[in-house]
Amino acid sequence: MGTNIPLLSCEALCKGYRADRPPVLQSISLELNAGDYIAISGDSGVGKSTLLNLLAGLDQPDTGRILLDGCDLATLDDDQMTLLRRQHYGFVFQAFHVLPYLTVLQNVELPLQLLGMASSDRLQRAQQMLAATGLGDMGTRYPRELSGGEIQRVAIARALVHRPRLLLADEPTGNLDPRTAQSVLQLLRQQLTAAGGAGILITHSPAVAASADRRYLLDGRSLRPME
Amino acid sequence: MKPQVADWSTALALWRRLALAQLRQQPLRLWLSLLTIAAGVALCTAVWLINSSALQEFNRAGRRLAGDAELSIRGPAAGFAESLYADLARDPAVQLASPMLELELALADRRGTLHVLGLDPLRAAPLQPALLAELAGESLQLLTGDGLYLSAAAALQLQLQRGDELAVLIGAQRVLLPVLGVLSDTAAAPLGLMDIATAQWRLQRLGVINRIDLRLIDAVDARSFGATLQRRLPAGVIAVTPATADARMASATLAYRVNLNLLALVSLLTGTLLLLAAQSLSLLQRRSSLALLRALGMTRGELQWALAGEGVVLGVLGSLVGVLLGQLASAALLGWIDDGPGMQGLTQRLLQLHPLAWVGFVLLGTTSATLGAWLPAREAARRAPALALKAGDAAVGSEGRHFPRLGVLLLAIGASLAWLPAVANLPVFGYLAIALLLLGGLLLAPAVCGWLLAHAPRSGQAVFDIGLAQLRGSGRQIALNLGAVIVSFSLMIAMAIMVYSFRESFERWLQQSLPADLQLRTNGDDTRALSVDEQQQLARLPGVARADFTRNTQLLLRADRLSVTLSARDAVSDAAAALPLQQTAPAPAGARRIWISEAMQALYGMQPGAQVELPVGGGTRWFVAGVFRDYGRPGGAIVMPRNDYLELTGDRGVDQAALWLVSRADADAVIAAARTLSESRRGIELRATPELRAGLLRGFDRAFAITYLLEAAAVLIGLAGVALAGAAAATARRGEFGMLRHLGMLRRQIVAMLAGEGLLLGAVGMLYGLVLGSALSLVLVYVVNRQSFNWSIDLAIPWWQLGALCAALLAAATMANLLSARTALGVGALRAVREDW
Repeated sequence: MGTNIPLLSCEALCKGYRADRPPVLQSISLELNAGDYIAISGDSGVGKSTLLNLLAGLDQPDTGRILLDGCDLATLDDDQMTLLRRQHYGFVFQAFHVLPYLTVLQNVELPLQLLGMASSDRLQRAQQMLAATGLGDMGTRYPRELSGGEIQRVAIARALVHRPRLLLADEPTGNLDPRTAQSVLQLLRQQLTAAGGAGILITHSPAVAASADRRYLLDGRSLRPME
Repeated sequence: MKPQVADWSTALALWRRLALAQLRQQPLRLWLSLLTIAAGVALCTAVWLINSSALQEFNRAGRRLAGDAELSIRGPAAGFAESLYADLARDPAVQLASPMLELELALADRRGTLHVLGLDPLRAAPLQPALLAELAGESLQLLTGDGLYLSAAAALQLQLQRGDELAVLIGAQRVLLPVLGVLSDTAAAPLGLMDIATAQWRLQRLGVINRIDLRLIDAVDARSFGATLQRRLPAGVIAVTPATADARMASATLAYRVNLNLLALVSLLTGTLLLLAAQSLSLLQRRSSLALLRALGMTRGELQWALAGEGVVLGVLGSLVGVLLGQLASAALLGWIDDGPGMQGLTQRLLQLHPLAWVGFVLLGTTSATLGAWLPAREAARRAPALALKAGDAAVGSEGRHFPRLGVLLLAIGASLAWLPAVANLPVFGYLAIALLLLGGLLLAPAVCGWLLAHAPRSGQAVFDIGLAQLRGSGRQIALNLGAVIVSFSLMIAMAIMVYSFRESFERWLQQSLPADLQLRTNGDDTRALSVDEQQQLARLPGVARADFTRNTQLLLRADRLSVTLSARDAVSDAAAALPLQQTAPAPAGARRIWISEAMQALYGMQPGAQVELPVGGGTRWFVAGVFRDYGRPGGAIVMPRNDYLELTGDRGVDQAALWLVSRADADAVIAAARTLSESRRGIELRATPELRAGLLRGFDRAFAITYLLEAAAVLIGLAGVALAGAAAATARRGEFGMLRHLGMLRRQIVAMLAGEGLLLGAVGMLYGLVLGSALSLVLVYVVNRQSFNWSIDLAIPWWQLGALCAALLAAATMANLLSARTALGVGALRAVREDW
């Protein structure tokens, strides 16, 4: 892949769900380079989730295209897209989505295990990641034994342990108190930088959005940079 | 300020809103739960109706013949001197006595027999008014004619009408009996009615009767008079009250009926367990909304009743459907048995209402379903609301109380009870042992399943390790889901081992009991016997090396028991070779020896080495030289040397023969030659032993078909439970699947993960079911079977069958999870996670 090619490029994305209603997204374009960390804000129902689904390759745009490292996502079938996500994407969800029946360490190991990494390597990497997120001594615990902030730290560790090129985070602090939220955002930023990836943060909160390098406002018709 | 107490109308309104709304929300769970309860109730209803219908029919036929007699004196088919009638008629306690000759006549031109009652119409009229009323004023003709009247059923079966002749066999002779008329009865049992004098003359029983019906004067109690009278009666003749006669049939079939009813109940139990698992999972999924209700002010009791109410609704609806299905199934089956395939008589049978039974089965089904819903409801209501609210909907926990120690205790008690003897000829403690072993097994299941899963090796593959971790993390729910399968599968294993053991023992018994090349037997009647000439002709047939003959007669030793078969056999001196002996006792020199079946030990307390008296040969004492296995005569059998029998009775007739052929003799040619003998061809059946054995084994398999059917139903219900639980769990885990898809797990990997979980779950259930089923099979083989039917069987393991059953269970569990995976993934990872995005 050439060095001039942006990591993520969205060109004139349009997406609608019903023919009798206007599309949710109209002509959305965005470029993201390695190391970029942006926040997208918008009111409820403007299409933030739809945009995230399109960027993650979980849904197809009606028109326009999405390129990741120059690769058009529309050209990939379901398996290829899944493998691409496995290797290059990291996700942080508002509802954490850690597996309750796996220990903290096993949850963090999961992406590495899916990539087929050898057991000793992935254990070492997962433990490093846990230590980096301040959970070094909690590897053997189950999520039910942790607080909300700690669980979200696990989710961040899992999202970044395989060093993805693109992190998609949806309201990562939506379920946390302001103090914990602040520390989680710092951690997210810090670890993303350490992993060398780019990140897109979806949030309602101006304070959360302020933690990103650039901020955008989504209103359905356009994605505008915010001052 | 005092809190306001909710009134009943509020609670009911709340219940209606919660329970019904919830049932509407989960249609799959609703329909499957309904179906399983309905299936269990339907099986119970159908089996009960069929059993009670058969018993009622039997009793109706018996009472029709017994009429209004208060006491009946009954003897063997060979009968007793009619002078006894004169003695009894003169007894001051007797108001009326009616002599009878009751025989099973061999039909000459067709297979089978006809039950014939020879009576004095004038004396019988007050005692059998219903039967004699059917003669409709033709009693005089019965007195003067030398033939018989046929019941409508007999006329239909034999295709005869007034003026025709019925050919029967008396000894080796063909006798023609004119049909004087057809009775206007509606009873199902075929019957012939003769004047007693005509019967004695035409059936060659002059001076002999075998039954006297008595009506006693008012002051005399039939039971105590019967007991006193018994001491005056000759050996082999007994006094029976109608109640005892009814009870004899009921007790003779009791074990079969109880076993079938219990098998049907297993289906209901399986359905209950399934409902318990489904409710448990459903309540776990709803834990945060239930916690919210508690937070909003719903009391623990209100919540518990509201949740248990779901079970009540399912139970009532499922039971009503089940009762209707059971009525329909029993009507169809009885109609098919009586009238053959088709709709003939179905409507009439459907209209035979059994309101009490219906109410009983609806109550049974409703109680089971309520119980299935009550336990999870109780647990859900006890859950701390704050904790449930925090954990949220998605948490699939393994909380809940475990009772492994109680499980072990119940297993130990169950195993101990298996050693106790029968109660009233029923293996009551055997059944209790099975129930406790099952319950103990179920209570121990979470701990054992947890242990098995904890020791299952990790593969290093994310797909399978996640599945394994999921199973490990929800051990209790898994044990609940597996409950229905464990019960039905372990019973299936136990039944498979028991039936196979029985079949193997039966086959060995056939080989030992039928050692000759050809077997000859008469129609199983009271009148056909091979004369000495016929015996000699058979023995001299070309190709026959040896012929052993047997004379079978029926002895009534106790009024409340079935008759005992006395077999006087040639060549019984080497009993060890001739009989499948289980125990022996060395006989003193010169003693007259008999060998008894295991049933004689259980029913009459006879033991090897004892000296007993039989109604054969006056006061002769017989030495019990051994106990043999016998699957043919549940009432009991006694074998004695034919020489002794001949010497004491003078009866030279035989009704059974075993023919050994010279080497290279053609069995078909010998059979053909036997048929050319002028007299022997009538009323006898001569078959090659392998063919006879094969026919008997086919009969055995047919007899157990209903057992397999009931068990298969229970397993299907159990598997439906697995499918239901799998579908519910997969739906509940959609969010997890969505997350895994985000992390890069392929759709087929998730399907494989779920299939692997199903396989592992099936394997755990299978292993547990195999162990529990094997333990249950020991109780079935050595306790229930032995105490129910009074015969022993040797344990044999049907490896292939067990293998096939295990494979079927694994395949079904895997398939059930695969289908669930398809359903869960059908909506796509996108929608599953969108709920959170």
